[in-house]
Amino acid sequence: MGKLTINQREFDIRADDDTPLLWVLRDELGLTGTKYGCGKALCGACTVLIDGAPRRACVTPIAAVAKQSITTIEGARSKLAQTVIKAWLDLDVAQCGYCQSGQILAAVALLEKNPHPSDAQINEAMDGNLCRCATYVRIRTAIHRAAEQLA
Amino acid sequence: MSSTISKLSRRDFLKAGLAVSSGLTLGLRVGPAPADEVMPFMPNAFVRIGADDAVTIIAKHVEMGQGIHTGLATLLAEELDADWAQIRVEAAPADGSRYDNLNWGGNQGTGGSSSINNSWLQMREAGATARAMLVAAARLPIPTPVKLKEAQDFVYIGRPLARTDGVAKTHGQALYTIDLRLPGMRTAVMLHPPRFGAIPAQVDDTAARAIKGVHAVLQLAEGVAVVAENFWAAARGREALKVEWDESRAITLDSQAQRAQYRELADSAGHSLRADGDAAGAFATPHKLVEAVYELPYLAHAALEPMNCIAQINKTGCELWYGAQSMTSAQNHVAHLLGIAPAQVKINQLFAGGSFGRRADMRADYVLETVRIAQALGDGQPLKLLWTREDDMRGGRYRPAATALRGAVDAQGEVQAWQQRIVCQALRGGGVPKDGKVDKTLHEGASDLPYRISNLAVDVHIPEPGVPVLWWRSVGHTHTAFAVESFIDELAHAAARDPLELRRSLLRDDPQRLAVLELAAAKGDWGRPLAKRRGRGIAVHRSFGTWVAEVVEVKLGDAESFTVERVTVAVDCGIAVNPDVVRAQMEGSVGYALSAALSGEITFKNGAVVQGNFDNYPLLRLSQKPAIDVHIVPSSAAPSGVGEPGVPPLAPALANALFAATGKRWRTLPFRTPSAA
Repeated sequence: MGKLTINQREFDIRADDDTPLLWVLRDELGLTGTKYGCGKALCGACTVLIDGAPRRACVTPIAAVAKQSITTIEGARSKLAQTVIKAWLDLDVAQCGYCQSGQILAAVALLEKNPHPSDAQINEAMDGNLCRCATYVRIRTAIHRAAEQLA
Repeated sequence: MSSTISKLSRRDFLKAGLAVSSGLTLGLRVGPAPADEVMPFMPNAFVRIGADDAVTIIAKHVEMGQGIHTGLATLLAEELDADWAQIRVEAAPADGSRYDNLNWGGNQGTGGSSSINNSWLQMREAGATARAMLVAAARLPIPTPVKLKEAQDFVYIGRPLARTDGVAKTHGQALYTIDLRLPGMRTAVMLHPPRFGAIPAQVDDTAARAIKGVHAVLQLAEGVAVVAENFWAAARGREALKVEWDESRAITLDSQAQRAQYRELADSAGHSLRADGDAAGAFATPHKLVEAVYELPYLAHAALEPMNCIAQINKTGCELWYGAQSMTSAQNHVAHLLGIAPAQVKINQLFAGGSFGRRADMRADYVLETVRIAQALGDGQPLKLLWTREDDMRGGRYRPAATALRGAVDAQGEVQAWQQRIVCQALRGGGVPKDGKVDKTLHEGASDLPYRISNLAVDVHIPEPGVPVLWWRSVGHTHTAFAVESFIDELAHAAARDPLELRRSLLRDDPQRLAVLELAAAKGDWGRPLAKRRGRGIAVHRSFGTWVAEVVEVKLGDAESFTVERVTVAVDCGIAVNPDVVRAQMEGSVGYALSAALSGEITFKNGAVVQGNFDNYPLLRLSQKPAIDVHIVPSSAAPSGVGEPGVPPLAPALANALFAATGKRWRTLPFRTPSAA
């Protein structure tokens, strides 16, 4: 295969074109912050940002994102992302933590597009990101808090 | 902190030029060594102080989301007077002699919401001993027993300290089993039989072996393993397998038929667990009779990290890496399989991406599967087994049950009789044991009914449908609390009494239960009128030494849809070591229980599990999460657990709220449609 741009760095990739991005990130590049949960875009644990928009890496073949900019949790360094992570920490959102990379990136994408989301807009943006520990109350509060701090 | 012992102490040691005593394995260099050359100070199995002043707490319990690393560190740091900023947490290895669960004696493991409770004195004593050794360095030996702080002197215990694993988990840096890569490691996926009890008969692996990256295909008792360079190659290899199964001993269970069979069993007397007074006599007299059957489906734990494990077999034994709830038990199982001593099985504990009881499998299912593959490969290299979501969902170890209840209410509205009949699989398998001692997970929360009713009978049927079952967050209490707390509500309505008032009148012997009930009722606005098409329900239950009451408010939507808008929780868990973690566990438990109440259901069709992924086993979503207020009862008692006790009251409180709103009873989980009014 060719190259991928991940976290503003270019990588030469060995995997075949149809390999899902998730497994290239995890098994080939060692970027394990992006998690496997379902393999069918049903849980959001593998959420990454493709040109700033949330995508499920488990069903995204690498050929489909060869020319785009990919951001994983390891590369979430923008001021907005750091503010979101800080809000997550202030509220101690994480329990088992397994889904939180995906949750945080989905929240970053939401706030990039909409700096002051309503509860309904948070529902719409975040409903595909499952948390089995059900940390949802704190996720919602953390998004509102990050929005306030970015204002 | 006024005094940070880690800094103070090391200098004291150096000044004193302390000789290492044979009785104390201090590991300190003798004499005035420069700070950066001082060896770590490890006064006991639970703490190590490094040359860099970092205080490392050794956690014997697995961190699977419940916040136990933070809790254990809090207990030890409190008595050590350590600076919280210097605290690190490290997982303990498998060693039942040093790291056993004190409530289970000799057995190292995490479960039954017992971690804080069994560690309460142990970790504090470890901290206090270390402190005494440091402060009194020049005046050895250390006085025993060490003196522990009085509650009013606590600096950390009772404070909402930040979780020790928060930073790693919000930066994608926490290490779970799925993340660990070892030199030479290969990845396996397993093709399991389509039905429990089937075994592979004929395997054509030609196409699988032709896939790039596939290293080996192995036929084992559990199924067919595909071993490859990475997950994706292994998964594609598995897809290419052609396997014929021997299904002669496979189950043929059908959920509809099972439901009918359980209802039929509930009509006849089972093995008696409790018989107070004369229930039969009371039912024979003309009181108002209330009868109900509550049905609960099989439930998958569905931790977001599917089951997985890494194993390496070498000349000295077997080394494992995974998130382990049952360490001693896993050591024994693996040792038995390999014909080695349990001490030769080394376990490296990792974070678990959820578990809820699944990683406490008493038969070490996915662990043994991993070891068998490593054994069959025989190359001495590390081998990682990854289950896919479907493997996890269809891997069994579900939560079972059904319960029938009869009650009698007299003309004055007093409950005269209560008869509960439980139909439920035993977690350890088998029917009623010869000694009559029935596994308490079948009836905990029922045979110890707290309500004062003179004529009380509880019995049990234990069917054996061949489905592997396991403890699921709050275990037996999931089904007993649903039945008991729904039925007491039914009796209250039959007696034309307020459900809170009836409970109050029957709970005179149980002040803690009454206290959480009153607190939840007060905070949850019990008795305050609600708008139309809304309802409020209440339930209370004690499990694992912790009392929890919940008030649920529902709002009806179109047709039979409804929204859970608000849940008020009152909890008495003794001293709340970290009140924010207690709140988080209650919030999470409400969500976990609500997920099951709204949609959790594993069904069988001709012996095969129907559900496979989150499309047909939906989990609770953010938009479905109600507002949750948690109120902690102040207490000076030793702490009990909080990982599970928030689960049991939710489903009955919701059923009761739905009844209040609609006049119909929801007796079958999940709550798709109500039962008859």
